Amino acid sequence: MEPLSNKRKVLESKPMNFWERIYLPSILQGLAITMKHFWKKPATTRYPEERREYSENFRGMHSLKRDENGKERCTACGLCALSCPAEAITMIAAERQKGEEHLYREEKYAAVYEINMLRCIFCGLCEEACPKEAIYLDGDHVPADYLRKDFIYGKDKLVEAPLNQ
Amino acid sequence: MGIADIIIKFSLIVVIFAISLLIAMYSTYAERKVAAFLQDRIGPDRAGPWGIFQPLADGGKMFLKEEIIPTNANGFLFIAGPSLAILTACIGSAVIPWGQKIVVAGHVVDLQVTDINVGILYIFGVVSLGVYGVMIGGWASNNKYSLLGAIRAASQNISYEISMGLSIIALLMVTGTLSLRQIAEQQHSWHWNVLYQPLGFLLFIVCAFAETNRAPFDLPECETELVGGYHTEYSSMKLGFYLFAEYINMFVSSAVMATLYWGGYNYPGMDWMAAHTGPTIAPLIGVAVLFIKIFAFIFFFMWVRWTIPRFRYDQLMDLGWKALIPLAIANIILTGLFITFK
Repeated sequence: MEPLSNKRKVLESKPMNFWERIYLPSILQGLAITMKHFWKKPATTRYPEERREYSENFRGMHSLKRDENGKERCTACGLCALSCPAEAITMIAAERQKGEEHLYREEKYAAVYEINMLRCIFCGLCEEACPKEAIYLDGDHVPADYLRKDFIYGKDKLVEAPLNQ
Repeated sequence: MGIADIIIKFSLIVVIFAISLLIAMYSTYAERKVAAFLQDRIGPDRAGPWGIFQPLADGGKMFLKEEIIPTNANGFLFIAGPSLAILTACIGSAVIPWGQKIVVAGHVVDLQVTDINVGILYIFGVVSLGVYGVMIGGWASNNKYSLLGAIRAASQNISYEISMGLSIIALLMVTGTLSLRQIAEQQHSWHWNVLYQPLGFLLFIVCAFAETNRAPFDLPECETELVGGYHTEYSSMKLGFYLFAEYINMFVSSAVMATLYWGGYNYPGMDWMAAHTGPTIAPLIGVAVLFIKIFAFIFFFMWVRWTIPRFRYDQLMDLGWKALIPLAIANIILTGLFITFK
C-alpha cells in the first residue's frame, strides 16, 4: 500500500546483545535516574495551607454584585441563563414593591436566583452576557460537599454582602 | 533449661514479633514516602506530623471495611489463605541471629530465638511455604483472575527457588555450615560473604525479589492484567493480611540477606568497640548495625519497585530458567575451583 505520508520509518529490531540481555546496566541506569529525583524539590503544594499563585483572570465562584448604594444590580433579565452553555442558572423574577427601593436598583429583580455548581463549567459567558454588570466569577473555589442538593447555590450564597456590614 | 531462660526466650520471641510487625507497619508508610520522593512528591502528610500516624489510619480503615466472602468461595480455605500467608511470614525470623551473645546483669542472653544447625534450610522451607497462602487464597476465591494470579505465584516461586537454592549452595561451600549463627560469626569484622560471593549475592537478591512478589516480579498481583491478582476477592483485614505479609516477608528476607552476605551484626572495628564499651553495649551496637543494613535493603526493595517496570511473563521465565540457573551453576563451579586450588 502507498504510504500516506513520508514520515514512515522502518525500524530494524536487532537481537539484544549480552549487556542488554542481562538487564543490569540499564537497571543501574534507571536506579541512578530515580535517585536523582529523590533529592529534587517536590512539586507538591500542600493545598489548604499553601496555595499556588492564581492567574489574575481566574474564574471561581459567582457573586451577584450590588451597586454603589448597596442595591442589587440584577434585574432578572435572564440573559445569563440564556447564555449559559451548561444550563446551570435558573431564576424567578419579581416586581419591586413600594418601600423596597433601597434593596433593588430597578423595578424588576430576581426573587430566586440559583446556580447549580455541579453543572457550571466556569466559562464566564454569564459574566459577558450580563448587561447590568451584576454577575462576576471573582470568588474562590466552590468547596466540596456531601449532597448534590447542597451544590445548588441560592441568593444567600451568591449575593455580595451589604455595604453597611 | 531454667525458668529464667524460658522467660528470656519468651520475651525475646515477643520482642522480635513486635519489632517485625512494627517494621512491617512502617514499611507501608516508608513505601509511600519513598515512592513520593522518587516521583517528586511529598507523600502522606496529613495524619500526624509528616504523616507518621498514616499506618494506624490505614490499619483502622482495613478493620472497618466490609468483610466479603463470595458465595461460591470455599469458606474454610478462603480464610486459611491469608492466615497461612501471615503465619509463614512471621515464623521466618526465628532463626536469624540478631546480635552477639549479650551480658545483662550477669546473665548471658543469646539474641537468637533458636540456633538450629539447619537454619538456612528452615528459612528455605518457610519461604517455600509462603506461596501456599497465595495459592490457597487464589484457589478458594473461585475467580479466574485470582486463580491465574495464584498459578503465576506458584510457577514463579518454584522457578526462582531453584536458582535461590543453587546460589545458597555456593555460599555453603564457602562457609561449610548451615547454621546462621556460625555463618554470622565467620563474617567477623569485614570478612563479609559478599566479598567472596558477589555473583551469588546478586542471584540471591534477584530471587529474593521474586520470592517476596515484589516489583519487578509482582506478576501474581499484576493489576493491569489480573484486576488484583490472587487477592481480587479479598476485602477488609484478610486483604490487609496479604499486604502485611508481603512487608513482613520483605523485612525477613532483608534480614536473611544481611546475615548471609553482608556480615549480619558484624562491622569493621567491632573488636576495638567491644574492648572499649564492654560486653553489654557492644552487642547492642551490633544489633543496631544489623538493623541499619536491614533498613538499607528495605529501602533498596522500594527503590527498585519505583524504578523498574514489571517483567512480561515470558521474560520472567526466561530470566529464571535461562539466565539465573546457568549463572548459579557457573557460580558453584567457580567457587568449587577456587576452594580446590587456592
